[in-house]
Amino acid sequence: MKFSFSSEQEEFRSNLRRFLAERSPTKEVRRLMETDAGWERDAWRKLNAELGLTAVRIPEAYGGQGFGFGELGIVLEEAGRALLCAPLFSTAVLATGAILNAGAEAEKQALLPGIAAGDTIATLAWVEDPARWDAAATTMTARRSGKSYKLDGFKSYVIDGHTADLIVVLARKPGSKGENGLSLFTVAGDAEGLSRHALKTMDTTRKLARLEFKGVKATLLGEAGAAAAPFARTMIEAAICLANEMAGVAERLREDALAYAQMRMQFGRPIASFQSMKHKQADMLIDVELAKSAAYYAAAALDDGDDDVPAVASLAKAAASEACLQTAIHAIQIHGGIGFTWDNDTHLWFKRAKSSEVLLGDAHHHRELMMQRWAA
Amino acid sequence: MSELNEENVRAEVRAWLEANWNPELGLVEWRNKLADSGWGVPTWPKQWYGRELPQALQPVVDEEFARIGAIGVAKAGIRTLAAATILAHGTDLHKEKFLRRILTGEDTWCQLFSEPGSGSDVAGAVTRAEMRGNKWVVNGQKVWTTSAHHAHWGLLLARTDWDLTKHKGLSYFIIDMHQPGVKVQPLKQMNGHASFNQVFMTDAEVQPEFLVANVGDGWAVTTTTLMHERRGADGLRTWAMGSDRKGRIYEEERAEVATTMEPYKWYPQRAGRVDLILQRAKETGHLADPVVRQEIAKLLTMSKAAEWTARRARAAQALGRPQGPEGSLGKLVSSHVARAAARIHTQLSGADALLTGTDSPMGGVIAEILVSVPATSIAGGTDEIQRNIISERVLKMPKEPSIDTTKPFRDVPRNTVG
Repeated sequence: MKFSFSSEQEEFRSNLRRFLAERSPTKEVRRLMETDAGWERDAWRKLNAELGLTAVRIPEAYGGQGFGFGELGIVLEEAGRALLCAPLFSTAVLATGAILNAGAEAEKQALLPGIAAGDTIATLAWVEDPARWDAAATTMTARRSGKSYKLDGFKSYVIDGHTADLIVVLARKPGSKGENGLSLFTVAGDAEGLSRHALKTMDTTRKLARLEFKGVKATLLGEAGAAAAPFARTMIEAAICLANEMAGVAERLREDALAYAQMRMQFGRPIASFQSMKHKQADMLIDVELAKSAAYYAAAALDDGDDDVPAVASLAKAAASEACLQTAIHAIQIHGGIGFTWDNDTHLWFKRAKSSEVLLGDAHHHRELMMQRWAA
Repeated sequence: MSELNEENVRAEVRAWLEANWNPELGLVEWRNKLADSGWGVPTWPKQWYGRELPQALQPVVDEEFARIGAIGVAKAGIRTLAAATILAHGTDLHKEKFLRRILTGEDTWCQLFSEPGSGSDVAGAVTRAEMRGNKWVVNGQKVWTTSAHHAHWGLLLARTDWDLTKHKGLSYFIIDMHQPGVKVQPLKQMNGHASFNQVFMTDAEVQPEFLVANVGDGWAVTTTTLMHERRGADGLRTWAMGSDRKGRIYEEERAEVATTMEPYKWYPQRAGRVDLILQRAKETGHLADPVVRQEIAKLLTMSKAAEWTARRARAAQALGRPQGPEGSLGKLVSSHVARAAARIHTQLSGADALLTGTDSPMGGVIAEILVSVPATSIAGGTDEIQRNIISERVLKMPKEPSIDTTKPFRDVPRNTVG
């Protein structure tokens, strides 16, 4: 299903779109983005229970719905379109991915049902250096302490890090280097020795936090010292999921800019009648459709278990990074002066485009990863 | 009669091929059998060499032909557009006279639409057709005419009434290219090839029964031809590799392919030759250059995403879903891909990009890319026209004001050439 969605998937999408348009209108986005958490537990639990967003790709054995990345991609695309303020990417993509990829059977049994039900808000903490997205840059150490571990160090740019109930943390054995000695751990959000503070984010619809760990008690997730591969897999999945989310952001920006151009009158005619506007819109359509094709293909390639998935994931993320931001820039331009005001909604999606462009590595970063696969 | 399903059709065509296919037959002889049996064009009307199969079953027939190695009817060139147009608008006389020889490949066709004064604006044609005595007499000049130098017949768009508005004054004819009033000259392009022709018509004659549809219907008929041209653009690229099998009929087909494809031999270069990029980067020692790597990755991203977008469009079509925006973008995207590829080929070649022919890398292929890519954003609808089409038809933005469609065509300002 790399090139078309099934009628069930199409129906799922249209239900979701209708639902999110109702539950996540811009007024609600603006209200939530001004809060410290960025989302509200009761409202999110209710929405998640109705739509099963965090359960979509969790296998049925762990309380989920057992769908694939095709369906999760649809969820994210629609969430991006609606700019849904919720701990969705952190919980359903990052933490769920890390647990499924690294966790032992008993750990999945213990951790995933709560996530699927929407009771557990979870995230993944791995970045420390603002210039590095890879596991090898990890400096946080994990010392063995009886049956558990103690974590020391810090993590930053942690999505929903200040509100998550469960944090999956990447750390290394003291003295280890590169991709060796890396392990994943789970830490309770209210663990002793963990201090968390929200960072001031440019995109206030996606909250980030810095977490300081001082001898924080942590439980090993999966095999000790063997986290590099499952972590890398999680990053590939995350890049593909983010590309799908960005496809929704980009399409919303494109459609809103088109609607505005059709309505806005200057010189006695709608600005949409000017050829410069028409040609810009045609170019925007190409950017968005190509990014969608890449995101859909990548999600399907994950589901199909293609060997080429790492390169395709980077291709999709690079395409989305460029297309989403370029569409946002055009959308502001088409709106003209009003598009630069706080009251106009365009900047909300512009900022999401900007934050997504950078998150998990920008287009340059992913193009280089792609070349390492295809032109080694 | 058995039910029309995949299983029955497959069995039927397989049995027919097993009984009739013979690689020692002559090409025309075999294709006449195809025309008589209806297996050559199974989706065509039964009355005209077909079997009225639904389009969805065509691949089944194609698979059986491929399985046994059987050659199909003549598919390449303007003849397929002629066939589609004649099927849609032609009289029984046209169908009787032309269709079979189109299928057998005996007749070659050309399309006489573009003129020096009307490129994007095809409906602005000023070639004149007048009824004199009992014949149409044609005067004017056509350009960008593929295959005109060996075509037997031409699909001609000409103006028959100058007092009507632009589109209403046009009529559509089938013109005999082998007559004294028709002169064909090759048109040399900036890349040195001459794949197209200029056609000069001076008191050329058309018999009255070779008018297609009615006087004044020329634009509607032209639209049919152009629609099939857009649809078939992909098909041409996959056709005509020619089989390397042995047998008289394969040899005849190879000769046909060589003649038909001759004008298109630089087309891969026109598209930018993305397939050569990684190999060239390695050969020229640029693969470690981070700037080059970024540019190559951008190109591969665009070309892969473009390919997947085209496949989304085809998948939607196969599922019978309404066409989404993804179906209208390919032409414009291919221009972007070609330009980006040419830029990288230049970057990779360095000073060698100054040279051409045998002094140029890959025996001239690289030079040919650099001087052929500009055609991509012009031929078959310029990028600018594509953007108008996308914005107006897909995005429903306001149409360009047309100041030339409401007054008599003789009062419309136009180019002085031609």
